[in-house]
Order: sequence, then structure tokens, then C-alpha cells
Amino acid sequence: MGEKDLLFTETHEWLSVEGDVITLGLTDYAQGELGDIVFVELPEAGRSLAAGDVLTTVESVKSVSELYAPIEGEIMEGNAALEDDPALINSDPYGDGWIAKLKLASGTDVSQFMTAEQYETHIKG
Amino acid sequence: MLTQEVATVRKTALYDEHVALGARVVEFAGWAMPMFYDGIVSEHRRVRSTAGLFDVSHMGEFLVSGTDALHALEKLTTNRLASLAEGRVQYSAMCYENGGFVDDLLIYAMPGHYMLVVNAANRDKDLEWIRTNLTGDVVVDDVSEETGLIALQGPASEGVLAELTTADLSGLRYYHWTKTEIAGRETTLSRTGYTGEDGFEIYCDPKDSRSIWGAVLDEGAAVHVEPVGLGARDTLRLEMGYSLYGSEMDASRIPPEAGLMWVTKLSKGDFIGRDAIVRRMDEGINERIVGFELTGRGVPRLGHRILVGDDEVGHVTSGTFSPSLQRGIGLGYVRSDVTGELSVDIRGNHIEAHTVSLPFYREGSVRRSR
Repeated sequence: MGEKDLLFTETHEWLSVEGDVITLGLTDYAQGELGDIVFVELPEAGRSLAAGDVLTTVESVKSVSELYAPIEGEIMEGNAALEDDPALINSDPYGDGWIAKLKLASGTDVSQFMTAEQYETHIKG
Repeated sequence: MLTQEVATVRKTALYDEHVALGARVVEFAGWAMPMFYDGIVSEHRRVRSTAGLFDVSHMGEFLVSGTDALHALEKLTTNRLASLAEGRVQYSAMCYENGGFVDDLLIYAMPGHYMLVVNAANRDKDLEWIRTNLTGDVVVDDVSEETGLIALQGPASEGVLAELTTADLSGLRYYHWTKTEIAGRETTLSRTGYTGEDGFEIYCDPKDSRSIWGAVLDEGAAVHVEPVGLGARDTLRLEMGYSLYGSEMDASRIPPEAGLMWVTKLSKGDFIGRDAIVRRMDEGINERIVGFELTGRGVPRLGHRILVGDDEVGHVTSGTFSPSLQRGIGLGYVRSDVTGELSVDIRGNHIEAHTVSLPFYREGSVRRSR
């Protein structure tokens, strides 16, 4: 799935939706702002989150940033590859650098999120 | 996310170079400074492997002259200045009457005067402190605005710089300085630095900063010399366990707590803060700086609690992910009896760690013995 098919949040998460499962990560813009990512707390499977809850913490050399659940759901899986190689978020933010998969609560509406084009405008603003 | 307003802050003579090089510019001590260009980790490795170029023009420089300059500075600083021969550089500190740190600094012994190099954030405070406590025939000039400072750090530094100067660099020993031209511009060149690698610091007229900066990058291209920002400057110094004012040192901490008795010469005679330091040492030092490495996953940060079992025994003053060691490292104040196993409270998770002797990184090319 290319970047054009993803949805974006104002807090710089991206998400892709397949049925009731979303995969999410940090946007290319955000990883560039943060610099080298050196640590990611692996999101624990089974934890339920409300929209806006802290999903996990991403640390670069200089900073600690929180990643928020963009939508209500339950964590299905964290990307275990990030434990050994957190810099995947820098090198491939929309691919191998994905951070977590969430199972959506039923009937969740994803129309609130930005398209790639809208997000592009958002970060330039 | 991390965008910072830099419109009102001061800019070094190299600001446009940093922007052209794609630097992430941040505000630091009132200056717009490069945090990183390509990335902190790659810049850190560049310095450890060949060499990196730093703009540290934000640092403050004072010239102290007059017939009583030595006497006055001996009283103001903790290290033994009388034994510092012309041509040499000394690391020292200034303390308040209660022994707390005013600042740490470098002192250059020059013909007829001393040059003091102080932290940018402390420049105004230091100048006022020095002027308030001077006695006799002494004049202090703040020459910070007329002084650019560029550091070339890393094992390849001498080879690169040798192509740009006629000075005998192999004869310039660690913590010594000389006057020489670099790329045809007048400079004061010292074999000093804050990285644990061999390297040089180049003091120049800010009008010459750009030509020197450009010449070093051009000459160093063959060994991939790259610009390095303040981010890697901090990880490099921390791997060496070097103290930073504002983290390990501040007005509330005294040299025996900070592990800086090696630059505090109680036997040299009176200096400001000496009596308080002696008294505090007699009473017993309850807290001191230790270095620690995490054995668990995580990155220690300023302010994190340090625990032994469930007892809080101290807190982190500097922490980072070490690019060389590939693990979390840090410095922190702990109770004086603490050594060995401990843990760091990282957002509620107690991550295992243990104290280590400094430096963390032992492969540096700095040549102390020379």
C-alpha cells in the first residue's frame, strides 16, 4: 500500500485500514523531525485504548515522544522488529517501520482523518 | 512537533551555512544552533571514525590582563593557575563562596593575558561575577562577539588540518595552543575538545569563520569530514563522562560531589569557595556523581529516579542512548554509599542498571599522555 492510500492525524500518525484492523505508525515528516529513533516501547497486545490514549513511546537521541491511539480499539500486535531495530521508523516509516495493529471497535468511523494530500497541507501550514 | 521559534535568538557567523547544509536548528542558550544535520547517530560515528566539524561560536570568551591577572584568577578559579605555562590550556571551575559552581571553563595562558572560555548560557553571569570579585590591576574584556569558534574533532583531524596550516601540528600537544594561519586566516589553535577524540579548537575572527569552515569541509571531504551538531556533541561528551554545566554542575553542587576535585586544588591557597568545600568535605559528602549503564532496554533521561530495590537513592542528571555502546547510559547524583546494581525509573518501569567507572567509551583517540 502506497503513502497515497494512507490516512493521517494531526499528531503525525499514519494509519491504513483493512476491514476492522488498522495498522499505524509515525509519519515520514515526524520521523524526520525527531531524528534517529533509538527506542520504542513495544505496544502490549490485548490492551484496550480510547481515542487519544497513549499507545506507546518513541524515543530519539534527544527526545521522548508519545504516539496516540487515533481511534478506539484494542492492540492486536506491536511490531517486534522495532525492539532490535527502532531505526526502521526512520528508514521505512510507512513499511517495515509500522508500530502497531489495532482492532477497531465496531462501527468506528475513520472519515475524520486526513488524506495524504490534506496532511501535506497540514505540515506545511 | 519539535519546531522552535528561532527568530529572536542570536546567530553565529555560520548560521547561513547550517541552514544551507539542512541543519535542524534549535534555540540553545539564546543562540540558533544546529542540533543535527543528517542525524545525531551518524554524526556521532563520524567523529569517532574520522572527524566532524562543529560550530561552537556561541561559547563566551573573556580576555583577562593586567599585572594582577594571575593573582585575581587564582582567587576566582579552583585549579592551580600559577603552574600554567604560556602556551598551555587548563580546565578549571569557578565557585561561589558556598562552594557551588558558577561555571566550568578553559583558561588559555597567553602572552600578557589569559583567555577564559565559558559556557554560552553563563556568559553574562560569569562576566558579572568575575568583575565583582576582581581586585588590583586587572582588566576583563568580553570578546565573545569578536570571536568565532570551530572545533574539528576525530582521529583524522590532524591529517586534515595539516593541509591547511604551516604549524607543526604533530608538535602541538594535548591542552596546548598556538597562533597560526588556517586557510590563510589568523587563528588561535588548541589541541582541545569535548569528545574524547583527538582534535582541535579554532578561535578566529567571525568574519573568517565561513572560509575556515568551508576549507576544512573541502579538505576533509576525502575522509568524509562532516558537520556535526550539538546533539552529537552531547552524546560524545556523555560517552566520556564529561560534566556539563546545568546538568552535573550548578550553583547547588560543589566539586567533591561532581567528581571535579581533580581541578580543585585545595593546597594552592585561598580561592573563592575553598573554605566551604573543605568544611563540606569534613562533614562528609552525602551525594556524588556516578556513571551507570542500563542492562535493560530504555533510555535514561534528566530527572529520572535512581533506585536500589524500592529505595530512591538519586536521580539522573544526563542520560542518552550511547551510539558507541548501543545501550542507555547516564550520569546521576546518588547517595555516596551506592555502587553496583541499581535501577532507573523510566515512566514507571524500573529498568536494571549498574554503576560503571568512567569513561563509558574507552576507545577514543584523545592523546592525554602527549
